[in-house]
Amino acid sequence: MKALAKWIADGTPWVWLNAAAVSASILLVAGLLILIGVRGMAHFWPLEVQKIVYQQVDGSELILAGQIREEEKVTASRLRESGLEVAQGSEFVTRYLLKTGNRDLMGQDFRWILEPSIISTGKPQSMVVFEREEWGVFIGMLIGVRQAGQLLEDADVWGSFQTRLDHANELRDEIRDLEKSRIGSVNYRLERLRLKQRGLEIKGKDDAASLAEIESDRTRLQKEYETLEQELGELYTRLRSDAVIVTTVDGQELELPMSSIVNAHRPNQMSLAGKFGHFFHNVWKFIADDPREANTEGGIFPAIFGTVLMVLLMSVFVTPLGVVAAVYLKEYARQGLFTRFIRIAVNNLAGVPSIVYGVFGLGFFVYTLGGSLDRLFYPEALPAPTFGTGGLLWASLTLALLTLPVVIVSTEEGLSRIPRSIREGSLALGATQWETLWRTVLPMASPGIMTGLILAVARAAGEVAPLMLVGVVKLAPALPLDGNAPFLHLDRKFMHLGFHIYDVGFQSPNVEAARPLVYATALLLVVVIVLLNLVAIQVRNRLSERYRGLES
Amino acid sequence: MTQQDKAQTEQEFSNQRPHPTAVTVTDLDLYYGEAQALKEINLVIPEKQVTAFIGPSGCGKSTLLRCFNRLNDLIDSCRIEGEILLNGKDIHADNIQVPELRREVGIVFQKPNPFPKSIYENVAYGLRIQGMNKRRQLDETVEWALKGAALWDEVKDRLNDSAFGLSGGQQQRLVIARAIAVQPKCILLDEPCSALDPISTLKVEELIAELKEQYTIIMVTHNMQQAARVSDYTAFMYMGELIEFGATDQIFTKPRLKKTEDYITGRYG
Repeated sequence: MKALAKWIADGTPWVWLNAAAVSASILLVAGLLILIGVRGMAHFWPLEVQKIVYQQVDGSELILAGQIREEEKVTASRLRESGLEVAQGSEFVTRYLLKTGNRDLMGQDFRWILEPSIISTGKPQSMVVFEREEWGVFIGMLIGVRQAGQLLEDADVWGSFQTRLDHANELRDEIRDLEKSRIGSVNYRLERLRLKQRGLEIKGKDDAASLAEIESDRTRLQKEYETLEQELGELYTRLRSDAVIVTTVDGQELELPMSSIVNAHRPNQMSLAGKFGHFFHNVWKFIADDPREANTEGGIFPAIFGTVLMVLLMSVFVTPLGVVAAVYLKEYARQGLFTRFIRIAVNNLAGVPSIVYGVFGLGFFVYTLGGSLDRLFYPEALPAPTFGTGGLLWASLTLALLTLPVVIVSTEEGLSRIPRSIREGSLALGATQWETLWRTVLPMASPGIMTGLILAVARAAGEVAPLMLVGVVKLAPALPLDGNAPFLHLDRKFMHLGFHIYDVGFQSPNVEAARPLVYATALLLVVVIVLLNLVAIQVRNRLSERYRGLES
Repeated sequence: MTQQDKAQTEQEFSNQRPHPTAVTVTDLDLYYGEAQALKEINLVIPEKQVTAFIGPSGCGKSTLLRCFNRLNDLIDSCRIEGEILLNGKDIHADNIQVPELRREVGIVFQKPNPFPKSIYENVAYGLRIQGMNKRRQLDETVEWALKGAALWDEVKDRLNDSAFGLSGGQQQRLVIARAIAVQPKCILLDEPCSALDPISTLKVEELIAELKEQYTIIMVTHNMQQAARVSDYTAFMYMGELIEFGATDQIFTKPRLKKTEDYITGRYG
């Protein structure tokens, strides 16, 4: 008894309790990261293609080819209930999720198969996985390549396919460049011209001279557009002239236009190094490419870009506002009931559900402020809204409002950590309160301000609900930053990683294909937030290094 | 102190006063909220001399010192009655610019409080606030101030290093240099040596002796030997009251009041 009392008194249980709590936290975080990491990254690994002879319920044989994505055990009774015949004596049956691809032929690209019904399996070397622009992947065998309508008489079919594919990819890059930047720019200028004309009409200044000028500009742009269009048409003809002839595993032969093929690999022939190479290639594609096929294929670059840009803009808005508010509260306002009330209000603001901010942003920023802006400055575009609809500016402002309390609170903390002697020292040299603030107090409080910003960034980057109301979309036609003046388009809608997860996870027509993408996108969101935070922490450490004398 | 005593003190003081007056304090009362911290202080501080305030902790020495450059204004609950004249001007008058007053009356605190900037920028701080921007002029004044604070030789090769790299004694002299850089008329020292080692203390004391050639110096100290060594005049304070004020020699050798004698000889405090 005494020993126990002593053991408790000397604090050992506390140490153990604390250690346990810390370990639990670390395990949770690590577990989370590992889970989304493994589930997400597995999606990019080139799985081998199995050729499976499968017995269907009616007894007929079916030849399938595909990648086994998942394996699970189901109770035999459940299968029996759903009308399948399962041999007696086995309580559990293994079933596999086979990614067969070929959605255009089979109507679906995933299929559950039961292990007992598999007659034989194999891994033919010749299986090829084609990634396509649409209809998901095609899994089958390569028979031949057609260049400009001619079937190539080449022994190395795979080799000639690769050269034609490289050629097609080059053409595709050219087309993308032409469509996105050059034709996009012409379209943008044409739209500006239309708005200019409309503006003149509204103001009643549409005299013949200015109209003629606009008209000549328009003709010039139209001409430019036509040349580009022609160029584009030629590229497309060249791209479409090639095709590949393939067969499915059950012998169905068909021709795929080369223009529809993004990439192809033969997983059954790949070495480990080759698989790793393909894996990193896929990861890179995921990070750097635009999404395809309702976001279930391709990359998520616009979402990363939108997230980062929005967070940066939010920081630009929230920092000065929060710092100024905190300085007033802490330094200028007479401390009393009123400041206490404001402080309580600010702290409570941090607890308001984010969707409420979204509603506020929609009602105030988008409809009221944006609507007025449109009437005042963009009447020529009406009834199409410019700022009167969700956009980058309103989303950033809404999130700035959402994170304002965090910045205010930590700035105030930073300010109160500065010793009185420093302020008095500055005042005693004849500095006014403002000079003291600007030259000494604020620089010394900057690590505290950065802490607030770090918290704000972490919160803002992960927010989804309010953004859905004020400017995030499933698929944005253009990035909010591009080569057309004024370069940063605050009125544009944008994509966001958090919303992308929601969209892919819940709104996708192809559940099985979307699931790994949810994990992969979540992992990327975490990585983006960590990177943003690392940058901010780096800045903060520099600052506190500079003002290190504080602590003594 | 009776009315008669007070009259007598003032009489004696004005008889033996060989110096012009820097600061005159008349009937000064100071309250922190309801509590009275200073009671009926009357004091005449001579120019270009060292005046020391001594007394037990909490007797109001520092509070009185901080009245001279109105640093007590920063405390919300603080209320002052009475009059303080600095070179004949009432420092609480409406037309007084407080920053201007503080430039004329520099202060050095107990713990060195350099800014988190380079040595050079610490000294240049007050100058920059006054709008001095020319590099050469700044360089000259900084050098002059650092020499004035007997620090130049030790730091001239590392002016751009952080001030936090200096030792405590050097930091305190840096703070003094910072104060004299703006050319004040009067320097307040609030226990300037209490956080320093004996050697640094000696250096600062030597510096004080030099500084009094040009500046009126008012210092608060706990160390009676220091008051005896450094100061020309000494004021003994107790419980917010000024008990006795006179030439240092007189206070330490033949104090007029029993209370003063008791304190000086260490019977309480």
